[in-house]
Amino acid sequence: MSDMIDLTAVNQNVPSGALVFDGVGKIFPDGTEALQDISFTVEPGEFVTVVGPSGCGKSTLLRLASGLDHATSGTLSVDRSNIGYVFQDATLLPWRTVQDNVELIAELHNVPKGERAERAGRAIEKVGLAGFEKHHPRQLSGGMRMRVSLARSLVMSPPIFLFDEPFGALDEITREVMNEEALRLFASEKFAGLFITHSISEAVFMSTKVHVMSARPGRITTTYDIPFDYPRVPELRFDPEFARISGELSQALRGAHA
Amino acid sequence: MTDLGERSSQVPPAGVQLGGAVLTVVEKDPKRHGRRSPLQIVGPPLGVFVVFIAAWYAYAQFGLDENGRNTALPYPHKVLTSFWDGKIGDQPWQLLSATWLTFIVALAGLVIAIFIGVTAAVLMSQARWVEDSFYPYAVFLQTVPILALVPLIGLLIGFGFTARIVVCVIISLFPIITNTLFGLKSAEKGLHELFALHNTSRRTKLLKLQLPAALPAMFTGFQISAGLSVIGAIVGGLFFGRGPKDLGNRILLYSNRLSPGELVAAIILSALLGLFFFQFFGWLGRRLTRDWHQPAG
Repeated sequence: MSDMIDLTAVNQNVPSGALVFDGVGKIFPDGTEALQDISFTVEPGEFVTVVGPSGCGKSTLLRLASGLDHATSGTLSVDRSNIGYVFQDATLLPWRTVQDNVELIAELHNVPKGERAERAGRAIEKVGLAGFEKHHPRQLSGGMRMRVSLARSLVMSPPIFLFDEPFGALDEITREVMNEEALRLFASEKFAGLFITHSISEAVFMSTKVHVMSARPGRITTTYDIPFDYPRVPELRFDPEFARISGELSQALRGAHA
Repeated sequence: MTDLGERSSQVPPAGVQLGGAVLTVVEKDPKRHGRRSPLQIVGPPLGVFVVFIAAWYAYAQFGLDENGRNTALPYPHKVLTSFWDGKIGDQPWQLLSATWLTFIVALAGLVIAIFIGVTAAVLMSQARWVEDSFYPYAVFLQTVPILALVPLIGLLIGFGFTARIVVCVIISLFPIITNTLFGLKSAEKGLHELFALHNTSRRTKLLKLQLPAALPAMFTGFQISAGLSVIGAIVGGLFFGRGPKDLGNRILLYSNRLSPGELVAAIILSALLGLFFFQFFGWLGRRLTRDWHQPAG
């Protein structure tokens, strides 16, 4: 990769799928300290969620990991040649059909036309949008647009997926369904996931591990291992153990907020 | 409607057909367009037209100027015959061939302005210093009164077709530059970041993101400029007086010879020509972006 001129050392020679934050800090040019001494690892097969109040710098974590922004201290190890990044909005090209939107990233990586059409077709099927290939984004609901966005990232089969509060704008039911969809993909595609959210139930439902972040500067205050097995069923949300962990997380989050 | 689409999509594959069928309903809004008959659409403006023509006849018949003489406004049917009936030494159909000449001048000027304007806007969008350096002069082109500039153009390049086309280019350049530039900058930040994540070249980003995103704004600019280009063609012909017998040239002639029937006919043709240009580019823009862009209002 020729593009990364980072102030921090970026080690590109790590095992595929792993993401390591080691003492990462970020101070914006205006002097705001967004992140302080962030250290954690996302191993292959892990689904790690960072939960925190708005403005605590959790989205900045993903921007640093993807190379959209650069850390001012610490070390970040990740293979940036193939990262899936799901934005807060679906960020679809409105003039392209579902099929052409899903092909976009493959197109940017110069995958030949026939192959990318085939890959896109498979990805569209995986997110349950078969039959909608010719539709334009404005004909779709918010949830369906997010599915297109997921499919677009799936096309290159990235070993690591970064999710930046992707379902925050959806209604609750649609959000829960999308959580289950994302987990299904996590199981079938075997990527490592780093998920950002401010929803506690979303964090507990999705993750193998949850980090709680505090605001100004953003620091990781508590870490929880989530013990539930995959595949996780929707009813898990009514499990007493689920409620207990959610309660603890909520307490920790209030502590971080104070 | 979209909710149904979402729910049905969660029950693949049987629901997909249902989703598809439901979604097609989204594309049309029956309340706004479905129930109006052609008569309801054409009727009201036709009524206004009839009243207008009646008032025109009344004024041509009874209207008097301050000296108590009958006004010089001809009857509508006299105007109508002037469209093809060359009276004052003209060939028959002179007015229509003049309209054709003006059409060619305006079209040539507009095409050149689109080429220059889009190129300029693309360059400005690629480097801040290009925009900073040239944009003030684009504004200058816009603010200089075209009537003040026309004599200079005549002196410099004569009174022929070229000079008239230059007038059209100058008058129609600014809206194309500003609208295209605005459009090129209109793609949302998230989309720019998506392209940045995959190390996309400037050229690819321009072709796959910025230019398509700019299309609706570009066509708004073309549409405004199309109307302006017709005005430029007429102003050029009118001012130069000499040279090709286009609409502007005829307007000057009819005015000098106190021939109001032909004058009104020429004015109507000028307006129709502008309207045609305006509508054509509006139609073309809507056609190219109809799948994804909903014009405001």
